[in-house]
Amino acid sequence: MKEQLQKDFYNSIKNLSLSQKDIEIKKFCLDNFIDKGFPNKKEEDWKFSDLNQIIKNNIGELSFYNDQASTNKVDTSVFVDGLEHNKIVFINGRIEKIDFEYEKKGQIEIIDQSETINEFENSNSLSDLNNAFTNKCFKILVKKGYQLAKPLIIYHTTNSKIWSKNINLRLNFELDKDSSLRLIDLFNDASEKNFLNIFYNFELKENAVLKNYKVDKFENKNIKYSFNNIDQDKNSISETFILSSGSNFSKNEINCNLNGVYASAFVNGVFSLNKEKHHEIRSIINHLTENTKSYQLIKSVLDESSKAVYQGKIFVNSDAQKTDGYQLSKAILLNKESEFNAKPELEIYADDVKCSHGSASGSLNEDSIFYLMSRGLSYQQSRELLINGFLLDVVEKITDSEIKNLIKNMLGIKE
Amino acid sequence: MDNRQKEINNLKDYKYGFSTDIENIQAPKGLNEDVIKFISNIKKEPAWMLEFRLKAFERFKVLKEPDWQKPKFPKIDYQDLYYYSAPKSMKDKPKSLDELDPKLLETYKKLGIPLQEQARLNGIAVDAVFDSVSVATTFKDELTKQGIIFCPISEAIQNHPELVKKYLGSVIPTSDHFFATLNSAVFTDGSFVYIPEGVRCPMELSTYFRINASNTGQFERTLIIADKGSYVSYLEGCTAPMRDENQLHAANVELVALDDAEIKYSTVQNWYPGDQDGKGGIYNFVTKRGLCKGKNSKISWTQVETGSAITWKYPSCILKGDNSVGEFYSIAITNNHQKADTGTKMIHLGKNTKSKIISKGISAGSSDMTYRGLVDISSKAKNSTNYTQCDSLLMGNKCGAHTVPYIKNKNSESNIAHEATTSKISEEQLHYCQQRGLNPEEAVGLIVNGFCKEVLQQLPMEFAVEAQKLVGISLEGSVG
Repeated sequence: MKEQLQKDFYNSIKNLSLSQKDIEIKKFCLDNFIDKGFPNKKEEDWKFSDLNQIIKNNIGELSFYNDQASTNKVDTSVFVDGLEHNKIVFINGRIEKIDFEYEKKGQIEIIDQSETINEFENSNSLSDLNNAFTNKCFKILVKKGYQLAKPLIIYHTTNSKIWSKNINLRLNFELDKDSSLRLIDLFNDASEKNFLNIFYNFELKENAVLKNYKVDKFENKNIKYSFNNIDQDKNSISETFILSSGSNFSKNEINCNLNGVYASAFVNGVFSLNKEKHHEIRSIINHLTENTKSYQLIKSVLDESSKAVYQGKIFVNSDAQKTDGYQLSKAILLNKESEFNAKPELEIYADDVKCSHGSASGSLNEDSIFYLMSRGLSYQQSRELLINGFLLDVVEKITDSEIKNLIKNMLGIKE
Repeated sequence: MDNRQKEINNLKDYKYGFSTDIENIQAPKGLNEDVIKFISNIKKEPAWMLEFRLKAFERFKVLKEPDWQKPKFPKIDYQDLYYYSAPKSMKDKPKSLDELDPKLLETYKKLGIPLQEQARLNGIAVDAVFDSVSVATTFKDELTKQGIIFCPISEAIQNHPELVKKYLGSVIPTSDHFFATLNSAVFTDGSFVYIPEGVRCPMELSTYFRINASNTGQFERTLIIADKGSYVSYLEGCTAPMRDENQLHAANVELVALDDAEIKYSTVQNWYPGDQDGKGGIYNFVTKRGLCKGKNSKISWTQVETGSAITWKYPSCILKGDNSVGEFYSIAITNNHQKADTGTKMIHLGKNTKSKIISKGISAGSSDMTYRGLVDISSKAKNSTNYTQCDSLLMGNKCGAHTVPYIKNKNSESNIAHEATTSKISEEQLHYCQQRGLNPEEAVGLIVNGFCKEVLQQLPMEFAVEAQKLVGISLEGSVG
């Protein structure tokens, strides 16, 4: 893999106008990655999902060079109907379109930050890979006091032109004081056997509100990794909802730093898996100052030989008195072959806190099915009703009603 | 100073911190094959036992000390320890208690463990282990009548080789982790219990461990076998003198429960925790594992961990037999600079297996406590259930409490429920107690005892009273 990485690296920087210093930095990241390789199960955070092995089994030989010189045609049929929205379109990892047509001029600034690299705490070798190979990176700055009128949808589309490729992409967001952003990540894949490596960095200033909905619904054979770093100032709110369903393998990581008082973070997730899919959510909520709050709810429905993993950590610093942290994960295993692993973790250094977590997994309740069937529903109907009810619980946590309905439609859940 | 104050002061200090001045026989310092042969030789062990030890030592040479635990400690120099230390008077085993060195008797009297048979009223059979050897076992005759074997493991190797050979290493093999393998190579003494088919052991069996010599590691090995349909309740207590350096205690405990058998294993661990600045104290790195081998068998661990500078252990149950049950009840209290990383593993292999985990952690002062546990339901363990509850209580803002559970469910017909909370003693509760005339320390003691009650209830009567006091003493000075 080393030769491939080096060859692809030189191919990709060749076309870029980078200063010697920038090349050095990228080279340094590349060497770091070559040194560590893809994360494997020897690393505690990857204990349940051995990415190295997964890539080997599903993709085989990966190549890292993407020719981004020519533009791809934007297929408008993937756009969401019935919801007016701003767009960022990635096709095969290349930014094709940034469009804030519904917003006031001058309130949103798009800054090219291609020369910077991101360094995150609680990250891994994939961040090095990402830094070495992303060649375009934008920062979206929402100015002070501006609240976006319409949600922003980021389309992650791949077409059949790519195969066995690694796609790296990166975006930075800054939400200035009193601003707000609703962001939906939507995945549409027409390709197979690629590895997507996505890093987002969010900076939330005082009173800023971020709502991020990640929707991976459509059946595909790609492997996805996504890392969200969220830094939150005083009174800010972040809400993350993850619908984890379509890809062969997917791992979403959220690292949230509650730096300011009264900041709060919500992470909700739904796993709806079948076949041999293997998905994971790992969240780390760092309560770093007083009076911060976090809430997490993760529900899984696992059919066939699928496997879901939830690793959630609540960290409470010794200064973070009056912290309120809550975490609950529940799973229904529908099939003998399915598997649910959880590692809900608390690391607490302050005494005046209220932290708890719960985790439960088991089968569909036969008594409930009996109850419904005795009222005339078929077995299949009762099963569906129970599963939908189970998942609806998480979907109902979505605070934005427009987007809630959109996601309900996607899941086929009717009230 | 009034009497009450005196009493409190007495309790505040580690009252088992004295050391006994007694002549010792020690193995040469360091760890090598010669030392292992020395231990085996002095214990007059058969060849297969030496082979077992050497095999473990071979494996030990390639193993690395694990480093994933939360409490970090300075590197232990395994060549700088004595692996065998025994009172000289024990070289030729005394045949009865009357021949026992009076100094030893005196030590155990001070510890509140009366070895003389006058203690009959107590109704507990005691095996006392002093450094590396077992010095006395009481109530032997009465137990023998029922066919129960309760003796030092070194004696069992001589007298019941077929049982020891069959079961030793069957739960913790010589190829296990670092400390367990070290123990397999150099273990010195410990208790051996065999309960024959259908016998309900008429009294509590108990072992009392005492580290006395300095610079010694204590490596005891306990093996308990409950044959079909039998029942035994076993208690374990530990103390050590106050010393400035850290001492290593790496024991192995193996339990085997056959069809319909039940083993109840209770520990009150009160090794020397080090002084207020965290100097000295015992490193308690113990491997405890129970195998529910037969159908309908049950193993229950109860532990009260108040001592040791570092406690690092996970008493586990392997639920292999169908319908077997594993239980784990734990109270861990850390104060001053103590650190604990403890919990359990429940490995469900058989059908209809059940496990229950209740863990209560209390940290005060500058201490740090971690609950780490694994619940693993394999794909064959149909219809299994687990219930886990771990609660932590924090006193002061310099201490830490952490929960790291691993939950694996590979079976759709099995259910796992896990919950954990972390909180502090509420002002309202304290106020309520104080309003009714309790001083702050008494109030905290009362609330903490209430918090621990679920676990304390599991202990045998005599131990429960002792443990309750211990809970109070351990937290002395942490309020206000």
